[in-house]
Amino acid sequence: MDAKGAAAALLGVPVPGYEPVPAGENLSVMAMDTENSLREYLRIHLRIPFVTRLGPLAATFDFVADAAPGVREVLAVGKVCWEVRERNYDLVVVDAEASGHVVAQIASPRTIKSLVPRGPLRDQTTWMLGILDDPDCTGAVVVTTAEELPVTETVALVGRLRAETNTDVACVVVNAVEPDVGDAARTLAAEPWFTERCPQHSRSVMLSAARRTAQRESVAVLTGALPGVPLVEVPLHAETGAALATAVGGDLP
Amino acid sequence: MSPRVSVVCGSGGVGKTTTAAAIGLAAAQSGQRVLVVTVDPARRLAQALGAEGIGHEPVHVESGGTGTLQVSMLDTKAGWDALIRRHARDAASAERVLRNPLYDNITSRFVNSHDYIAMEQVNELSRRDDLDLVVIDTPPSRNALDLLDAPRRMREFFGGRLLQWLTLPYRSRVLSLASRPFLQIADRLLGAQFLGDIAEFFTLLQSMEAGFVRRAREVEELLSSERVGFTVVTTAEPAPAAEAVHMVEELRRRRFRVERIVANRVETGAVDEQLPGIAEVAPHVAVGDTVLVEGALVGIRAAHERRAAAVARHARQVEILGRTGADVAVVADAGTDGGPGALGAIAAAMPRG
Repeated sequence: MDAKGAAAALLGVPVPGYEPVPAGENLSVMAMDTENSLREYLRIHLRIPFVTRLGPLAATFDFVADAAPGVREVLAVGKVCWEVRERNYDLVVVDAEASGHVVAQIASPRTIKSLVPRGPLRDQTTWMLGILDDPDCTGAVVVTTAEELPVTETVALVGRLRAETNTDVACVVVNAVEPDVGDAARTLAAEPWFTERCPQHSRSVMLSAARRTAQRESVAVLTGALPGVPLVEVPLHAETGAALATAVGGDLP
Repeated sequence: MSPRVSVVCGSGGVGKTTTAAAIGLAAAQSGQRVLVVTVDPARRLAQALGAEGIGHEPVHVESGGTGTLQVSMLDTKAGWDALIRRHARDAASAERVLRNPLYDNITSRFVNSHDYIAMEQVNELSRRDDLDLVVIDTPPSRNALDLLDAPRRMREFFGGRLLQWLTLPYRSRVLSLASRPFLQIADRLLGAQFLGDIAEFFTLLQSMEAGFVRRAREVEELLSSERVGFTVVTTAEPAPAAEAVHMVEELRRRRFRVERIVANRVETGAVDEQLPGIAEVAPHVAVGDTVLVEGALVGIRAAHERRAAAVARHARQVEILGRTGADVAVVADAGTDGGPGALGAIAAAMPRG
């Protein structure tokens, strides 16, 4: 959704468009764009085939979407739900927009339902909500780092998801967690002979330990604020797709 | 004399609020009268400056210097309400807008509404003659540049064809429908009543067009004036640093003045030391048996290699940031996150004056 091609780059394929491209066995990747989603929607649901003639559509559509709350969002969410409903895939993973926007996006079918009294778009929201509200079908994965501000934002985001949507929060992923250097390393690095002989190494251990301590406090805040939400920790520098898959894959609910 | 304005921007989670607080504190300590405006849930700024809760009204904070330091929080809802009241023809039409069922929904979403209000606030505060410096901590924008374009977009929205069409009387709208296929679709998709509700709201809003457009222009002019400087905050990791470079270029393209880049949480220090082997270490330390020392050295080596990699990575990014030609204030990583310590570190890295 927030595509700068980062997801595609991690999967080793060029920046995709709206048409899914294969990125390996059983794996496809696409970039969301609401204009194409609108075209597809019009073709499928309103049987309006003249898609090629909609040249000025983008500009005009921008204005409608600016004025009519929820319209842009529901086109993105609608496309995702459509792929789920049609069972085109076993799993649809959405790299969602930043936290300020994602709640409005997930809540958009509900927004449309409350604001638009009738019409085809309103009718579509019923099956979308059926998918988004079913915890066996849809789960939000909230990604954070173990720092104060991101943790505060994560707690706020989970609160808003629960207040403004019925979508289940499946888990919180804590990324870039500083590894534990271990008791022995900390003790050795603090010994007078060692700090004198190897001041640089001693400092590295001290900084790492301080970061680790601060992060543990942040994780404790998360655990305290979100009882019952599973936490998955990913160690620092698991940056490549394969390492991340190993770190995250096995633990995800 | 009107105050100078310092706009602090950058992607989320890079230490923007702490930097805004540090700039404000440093100026107040050198004798200036300063107001710091944040969009953050005020807790963080309050914490950084050692103040109790911060609200829409400015509160004084101890600066420890000869100047004065006040802080306040941006309130989007209150900002919109004030704007409507200011531009409405009379009190009655202002109330009609404020009570429209779509008002909250639309103002919280359309045309980067938060960004626009933040920019409005800048304009408002820039007229205060009891201040020397106003520091603005900008909202965490999906795209930080939306903020700068918000006044222009607001202006364009009011001049746009959609608004004209929406606010046409119904009969003319039917005629215009026939000539515009897209509007037919909008009508079919959303239903006449919803479009009608929106139209009513925007008809009210359109009566305020002149005021809105004039203000938006004023904000645009102010932003490119000599009095306003931008501080771009980033960490020295590749992704946020690339965003920062892009941000600096875009600011300059708009003829805005970039005062400095703050490279935050930069890993520094010498890392060329060789770690001695177990044979040299063992006789000198009390850690215990050889196996334990061996394990300790593995942990130490790993921690040091991580830091050495970070030092190299960050040095490279600071160099890239420097190529923009902007002043780069490098703030060393304090090892912990936020808080008064971080504030002092940033304030120290900033040139005074």
